Amino acid sequence: MNKTTNIDPALFSKRKRANKIGLTLSMSAMVLGMIFLLWILGVLFYKGFSSLDLTIFTHSTPAPGSEGGGLANAIVGSLMLVGCCTLLSTPVGVLAGLYLSEYGDRSRIASVTRFVTDIMLSAPSIVIGLFVYALVVAQVRHFSGWAGTIALALIAVPVVVRTTENMLRLVPGSLREAAYALGTPKWKVAFMITLRAAQSGVMTGILLALARISGETAPLLFTALNNQFFSTNMNAPMANLPVVIFQFAMSPYENWVDLAWGGALLITIAVLGLNILARVVFREKVQG
Amino acid sequence: MMANMKTMFDLNQIDSQGGSVNVASNDQPVVAKNALEVRDLNFFYGSFQGLKNINLDIEEGKVTAFIGPSGCGKSTLLRTLNRMYDLYPGQRAEGEINFYGQNILEPGQDLNLLRSRIGMVFQKPTPFPMSIYENIAFGVRLYEKLSRSEMDERVEWALNKAALWNEAKDKLNQSGLSLSGGQQQRLCIARGVAVKPSVILLDEPTSALDPISTGKIEELINELKHEYTIAIVTHNMQQAARVSDYTAYMYLGSLIEYGKTDEIFIKPKRKETEDYITGRFG
Repeated sequence: MNKTTNIDPALFSKRKRANKIGLTLSMSAMVLGMIFLLWILGVLFYKGFSSLDLTIFTHSTPAPGSEGGGLANAIVGSLMLVGCCTLLSTPVGVLAGLYLSEYGDRSRIASVTRFVTDIMLSAPSIVIGLFVYALVVAQVRHFSGWAGTIALALIAVPVVVRTTENMLRLVPGSLREAAYALGTPKWKVAFMITLRAAQSGVMTGILLALARISGETAPLLFTALNNQFFSTNMNAPMANLPVVIFQFAMSPYENWVDLAWGGALLITIAVLGLNILARVVFREKVQG
Repeated sequence: MMANMKTMFDLNQIDSQGGSVNVASNDQPVVAKNALEVRDLNFFYGSFQGLKNINLDIEEGKVTAFIGPSGCGKSTLLRTLNRMYDLYPGQRAEGEINFYGQNILEPGQDLNLLRSRIGMVFQKPTPFPMSIYENIAFGVRLYEKLSRSEMDERVEWALNKAALWNEAKDKLNQSGLSLSGGQQQRLCIARGVAVKPSVILLDEPTSALDPISTGKIEELINELKHEYTIAIVTHNMQQAARVSDYTAYMYLGSLIEYGKTDEIFIKPKRKETEDYITGRFG
C-alpha cells in the first residue's frame, strides 16, 4: 500500500469480502425469483400458443363433450366487464384522489377515507365478491354483468384513489401558488392546473388498476359467474376469461384444458401490454 | 364592498388605456399616489412572528425593492400584499394593507379578484402544463370574455411586453415547459402582465437565471414600471440599485430603513443598512 494513504489493508479487504457476500446473496435471491417467473411464462407460452388459433376468437365456449370451440364470448365479456369497470372507477377514483390531495388534506374525513382505502387495497378479492353477491346478486336473484362490474370497480377504485393522490402530491406547491397568484379559483386550480400537471401519473394509475382487475377471478365467481353462450346483456350472467379458465382448467375434457391455456395466455399478454403502456405513458411525462 | 370592487375595476380600465397616473375621475387627485399602504403590519407563522410592525407606502408606477439577509421577512411581506399566505393554515396577518384605499386584510375580501389585481411572479419559473399560448390565455379567460382574435392580440401584446414574442411566436402551440429557464420566467411575467393587474410582485425573479436572462428581465422591469406598480424582492443589491426607485432594508422581520434607492445606497441613515449594503454585515 502507498504510504501516503491512511487505508488499512486488512479493513479494506474485509469490506471487499462483505461486499461480495452481499452481492452474491442478492443476486441468488433475484435468480430464484426469475427462475420461477420464466418457468411460469415458458410453460404458459408453450401450452398457450399451441392452443391459440383463429377459432378462439370466432367461436364461443363449447358444451361439455363437444369438439373444438373458442373463447369469443369470454373475450367479449371480459372486455365489457373491464370497460364498464373503467368507466365507473375512473371518475370516482380520480375525484376522490383529488379530494384527498387538494381539499381534504389533513382533515378527519380525509384520513378516514385514506385508512379505508388502504384496507380496501389489501382486502381479499373473494370477500369483495361475496359482498357484492350479498348486496346485488342475492337481491335481484340472478348473476349479472353489472354485479361483476361493481365487484371489479370496488377493487379498482382504491388503486386509482391512492395513485391519483400520490401523483397530485408530487406536483410542486409553487405551481399551485402560481395559479392562485393569477386569481384562479380553487376548483380551477385543482382541475385545470394540478390534475393536468399530474395527468400521465394518473393515467398510469388507471392502467395499473386495469391490469390488476383484468386477471381477477374470485370477485367474478359470485357475481358475473359465466355464460356458455355469446351474450352482451349486462343484466345476465356473463362469460369472462378468468372464470372460464378456472372452470376449464380443472375439467376432464382435453379441448377445454387447451382453451384454458389459450385464455391464460391472452390475459397475460393483455396485462403485460397494459403494464408496458403504463410505463410508456409515465416516461413521456418525465421527459415532457 | 361593492363600491370598492367597482374602484378596482375602474382602475383596470385605466391601465388598459395606457396606465395614466393622473386620474381625474378618482377620489383623491394626488400627484404621487400610493398603490399600497402598509400600516402596523404584524405577521405570524403560528406563534413565530415573521413581520414586526411594518409601515411603508408603495408608490404607484414605481419600482420598490426589498433587500435584506435570508429570513428577514422580505418574501413574507410580499406574500401578504396579495394574501398568498392565506393558502396555508396557521399563517395570519394583523394590521392594515390599503390597496387604493381598500384594506385587503379585512375579512370578506374576494381573494381571487384581489390576486387578479395584484399579480405575482415567483423565484422558480412555473409555466403551467399547457402550450405557450394557453399559459397566457388561461389567466385572461378567468376574468374576461374575449373573442379568438382579441385573445390572439392579447397574447401577442403580453409576450411583447415580456420581450418573448420574437422567440416564441413560431411555437405558440408548443408546451411552455419546452422553453429555456430564462424564457420560462419571461413567460410567467407575460402571464402575469396579460391579466392587466395594477401591481406586480416579483419574488426573487432572477435568482434562478443566468446573467443574460437576468439582464433581460431587469430591462423588462424598467419597461413595465411605466404602466405597473412593481414590488421586487431581491438578494442582489446591485439589482436593487439598478432597477428600483425605492428600497426597503429589512432585518429580522423589521423594516430598518426605507427611502429613495439613491439615498439608501449613497448615504444610508442607519448604521445597519450601511453595514449590509457595503458587505460588512454580521
